[in-house]
Formats: sequence, C-alpha cells, structure tokens
Amino acid sequence: MSLLEIENVTLRFGGLVAVDNVSLKVEEGEVFALVGPNGAGKSTIFNLISRFYDPAEGHIRFDGNDLLKSTADQVPSFGVARTFQNIELFEQATVLQNLLVGRHRHRQTGMFSNIIFSPKTYREELRHRAAVEEVIDFLNLQPYRDKMIGGLPYGVRKVVELGRALAAEPKLLLLDEPASGLSVEETQDMAFWIEDIQTQMGISVMMVEHDMGLVSAVSGRVMALSDGKELATGTAAEVQSHPAVIEAYLGTGDISKTGTSRA
Amino acid sequence: MRFVFKTSYYADISLFKHRAQAVWYALLLLLVLGTPLYFVATGDAYLLGEITGMLILAIAGMGLMLLTGHTGLPSLGHATFMAFGCYLNINLLGAGVPWLIAFPLSGLIAGVLGTMIALPVLRLHGVYLALATLAMSMLTSDFVVIAEPWTGGIAGAAVPDINIFGMEINRYSTPYKFYYLVLFVAILLVWFYRNLLRSPTGRSFTAIRDSEISARAMGINLTRTKAMSFFLSATAAGLAGALFGHSAGYVTNETFDLVMSITLLLMIVIGGLGFIHGAFFGAIVVGIIPVAIANGRTFLATTFDVNINVPGLESALFAFILVCFILFEPMGLYGRWLKIRTYFELFPFYRKDMFKRQKSYLKTDRVQ
Ligand SMILES: Nc1ncnc2c1ncn2[C@@H]1O[C@H](COP(=O)(O)OP(=O)(O)OP(=O)(O)O)[C@@H](O)[C@H]1O
Ligand SMILES: [Mg+2]
Repeated sequence: MSLLEIENVTLRFGGLVAVDNVSLKVEEGEVFALVGPNGAGKSTIFNLISRFYDPAEGHIRFDGNDLLKSTADQVPSFGVARTFQNIELFEQATVLQNLLVGRHRHRQTGMFSNIIFSPKTYREELRHRAAVEEVIDFLNLQPYRDKMIGGLPYGVRKVVELGRALAAEPKLLLLDEPASGLSVEETQDMAFWIEDIQTQMGISVMMVEHDMGLVSAVSGRVMALSDGKELATGTAAEVQSHPAVIEAYLGTGDISKTGTSRA
Repeated sequence: MRFVFKTSYYADISLFKHRAQAVWYALLLLLVLGTPLYFVATGDAYLLGEITGMLILAIAGMGLMLLTGHTGLPSLGHATFMAFGCYLNINLLGAGVPWLIAFPLSGLIAGVLGTMIALPVLRLHGVYLALATLAMSMLTSDFVVIAEPWTGGIAGAAVPDINIFGMEINRYSTPYKFYYLVLFVAILLVWFYRNLLRSPTGRSFTAIRDSEISARAMGINLTRTKAMSFFLSATAAGLAGALFGHSAGYVTNETFDLVMSITLLLMIVIGGLGFIHGAFFGAIVVGIIPVAIANGRTFLATTFDVNINVPGLESALFAFILVCFILFEPMGLYGRWLKIRTYFELFPFYRKDMFKRQKSYLKTDRVQ
C-alpha cells in the first residue's frame, strides 16, 4: 500500500478543468515532484489533498484512510503537513509561535486546562517547545526565533514555513514551490534540507517546483502535468526529455530554464 | 540596551519575560492595591468609584479584545452580552442564589447564550460579522422591554447588593470593598488571559486571526475555535455586565445600548488591538474623556465666562480620537508605548520600520 494514493481525480472550476482524471501514488520514504507550466493544476492537487476543494470524481487515500471523508482540519491529524506557494504565515506572531502552531495536531489539553495553565498544560508546553527547538536547530532559525514574521526577509519566511510544517512531525510533507524566489545559496540549503528530511527524518515529500535543478537533485520520481492532465511520469531526466513535456513547454522556453525567476 | 538570554524553555513559558518585568508588575500591583489609601486620606471616594468603573470597562474590554484583538472577529454587540450577565445576576440574586455562585454563573450563562447566538453568524467574515452583531445590539433594548418580568422593562430594575458570607458590599456605602472586589475579578481574568495566550488554545485563536487558511492546514477547526473564543469573550462581558449593574445600582432598557457596544470597540482600538494592556489603556482613556470634558467646561465657564454646551460633544471627541489612532497609530496606545520602550532598549539601534506590519486583512478567503 502506498502512503498517498490519488485515483482518477477530476476537479472543475466552472468550465475550467483544473485537474483532469489524474492518478498518482507517493510511496513511503520517497521524494515525489510535480512539474508543469503555470496553471497546470499543481497547486490545485495540493489543495485537493488538503481538502480545501472537493473533487468532482475520484478517490484520495492517505495511509489507509479515505481523505474524502475528512474535513480540511482533520487532514493534518493523519500526518500530512504542507507549505503554501504564497507563504501563509501568522504575520503578527513570532517565529517560535508560528512553529508552535504547527504542533497543533499533537495537542492534548483543552481550553479550561489551558486557562488555569494546569500542570498537564505545563508539561505539554515543555514537550512542544523541545520539539520545536529541534526544528529551529535543524533549519538554523536561532537568530530569528523571537522575531515577528512581519519584519522577516522573504527567504527566511520560506524556511519558517518549512519549519512550521516539520514541527507537525508529519508522515508526508507537501511543499509548494519551496525554492521560488530564493537565491542560489538558499536553494542549495533547501535541497540539503529536503534530502535530510527524507533520509534522516524518514518523512516522505511531495513537492511542486519549477527549478529543475532542485527537482533532479532531490526527487526520485517526477510527474509532469499540463492543463490538468498527466503528461509523463518517471525520473527527472526521463520527464525532461519526454516529447509531450517538451511540447507543453514550447513557447514558455526550455523546461530546465523556467521557474526561478518568477514570483 | 537590555539583552534577554533564555537558558531554558521555562523562560518562554513563564508569566514574565525577565526579573525586571516581574518587579514592574509587582510595583503596579502595590499601586492598585494602595490606591484606596489616597481616598481614605482625602475622605472623598467619588473618584475611586470612577476608577472602579474603568476597571469594569476594562474587564468587558478584555472580553472584546480576546475576540477582536486576538481572534480577529469584530463585534459591535458586546453590550448585549453585558446585559445578559447583568440581568441574569439580578434574577439569580433575586431568587436567593448566593452572590458567590450567582456572579460566576451569570457570566457562564452569558457565555453560552453568546455562543449560541454567534454560531450561525460565525461563518461570516469581517464586515458582515460586524453588521450581524450590530443588529443584535440594536435589538437588545427592545428585548429588555419585551422581557419585562425579568428586566423591569422601561421602568428598570434595581440591582441587589453583593453579599459574601454576610459581608455586604455596596458601591456607595462600601466603595473600598467594591473596588477590591472588582480589582480581584480583573486580576483573575488577566491571569486567565495570559495563561490562554501562552498555551495551545490562545495560539489557535491568533492563528485564525492571521490566516484562516493556514490555521486549517495546521489542523485547527475554525468553527469550534471561533465558538470557544466567543464563549470566553461573552463570559468576560457577562461578568463585566453583572459588576456594571452593581456599580450602577439601577439598570433600564437604555443602559446596555448600542453606544456602549461601540464605546467598547473604540476602547480596544485606542488601547491597542491584540494586547491585554490595550483593554486597560483604552478603559482609562474612555473613563477620562468625560471627566476631562466636564472639567474643561467648568474651566471655560469660570475663567473665561464661555459656556459650551454642545450636545454630542463627547461622542464627537471619541470619534475624532479614534480616527486619529487609526490613521497615525494603528497599534494603539500600547503600541506607542512599545515603540518608545524598544527605542530605549535598543538604543541606538532602533529602526523606524521595526514595527511595520504587512497589511493583510481578510486575505483569509484566498487559496493558492
Ligand atoms: N479557486 C479557483 N477558482 C477558479 N479557478 C482556479 C482556482 N484556483 C486555481 N484556478 C485555476 O486552475 C488552474 C490551475 O491552477 P493551479 O494554481 O493549480 O496552477 P499551478 O500548476 O499551481 O500553477 P503555478 O505554477 O502558476 O502555481 C489555473 O488555470 C487557475 O487559474
Ligand atoms: Mg501553484
């Protein structure tokens, strides 16, 4: 059984078929990449897994659970964490507080226990903070720990968002364009982190990325999409040389050169 | 310039950031505990009553602050929850329930009623939620009239005195006891509030305020969490309403009107949205303005023989101050104080854009 199974999923926005009969599987321990031109439906697939949208047809299963039976806020409890293409952090909170919200799925105390800060709440807080501190060390976020998100540079925000997802200790990490807008060095850091996440933490990764350098460096299998339809699946090299993929990128330039410059 | 070195997680969880902060709050506590001494010395407790009134407003303000400042849900109807608390308290006391039970119970029931009213409108965003609560506030006076057997309708209802194990507390005959009672409730609620903010529940509130979409992606149930915030908020307002009743002595259908709801909202905006301190700063401003206007009038009349008697001067002044704050200091009085403090703590490294916020109100509906 695969970790994530998407089966013949279709989603329409009015007349537009954003995702057209797509099937894919993400195996435990792999890094799976989705590539494709703008508007191909990559982020929409993430939003389907997150249950922000209801597919018109198809099935989505995660770790043996039928995700379509759950609501968006139940998805994290199965072990799915994600980042967003346009960074969605809690702006008026510190980095530390953002990462702590990532721990939400592990919370064990309720409102009344929190209000009096019962010993149980106290112990739980210590556990959350220990876990978050590990993420801060892993991503070298110490200098920003107590800074408000509002004042942080773009590159750091991207890392904080990754950290918030990691703090959830997920089984599957969904990364929507983790390297977009990052400098060459920052992209390299990101590549190392994704490798460590896979090999050391044993977390499976599904990512959308335009930077083919990053994609070929970290991912095992790659799926190319265009206009909501699957074009090809295989290794990065196979997909890049696939005729259908080359044709889809015609007019937008070489597949290997797209991506990094766009916002 | 002060550096705070954190050496353990305990430092982040503890109530105070560092020793000096704890000392400052201890001094503040001494000050508020000692305040009545001054009035004992002067023998005139009138001003103490005003201060008690500010504390009651601050309690209601904390309720609204939790909802609006920390969860991002605006409400123009908090006077309604105060009315719930006040009339429940009157009726429970009238039925012979001891004050020590009647008071917290009326707060809790106000919280439950508030949540029940809020549930259908919780899906609404921003201005729509504001309009729904505004409508509720406008209907309150009518409902008080309709519910005459319990509220006394237009004629009004007298509020019984507080009795704690035989100790009678009345605003006029025992102003000091009343002050300490209100102070105790206020401090207790501040402690609850602080606890909330340093624990998972509080973080889920602020998460919803800043980004509903990521809050959901982190596993936060929006409806349930917003309902919790409404419950706590309405409970605090209910408690404030009950105390307000004791302070007023007599309440009618016009006591908890729309103006009070709006005043509460002005208060927390002026004080500083998103900070517990903001509720108190706001209450002080709202408490001082009428006194200042009255004094200003007397001053003009006695020294210059000018008589200003413009109806609605108070409301106009409130509105003016509010507009100024929104334009020049959106973080409120507390925000101004934070900036000044940071300036001195970081001297000479303060940057002007340090407190700049990315404006992102209501981006919550966007999915990307
Ligand atoms: N909420 C929505 N309502 C209507 N149309 C939408 C919505 N979200 C996405 N679309 C459309 O669906 C298509 C797929 O969008 P999607 O965001 O998944 O593309 P993408 O592959 O992530 O592209 P990009 O590389 O630009 O991020 C686009 O044509 C987009 O305009
Ligand atoms: Mg996208």
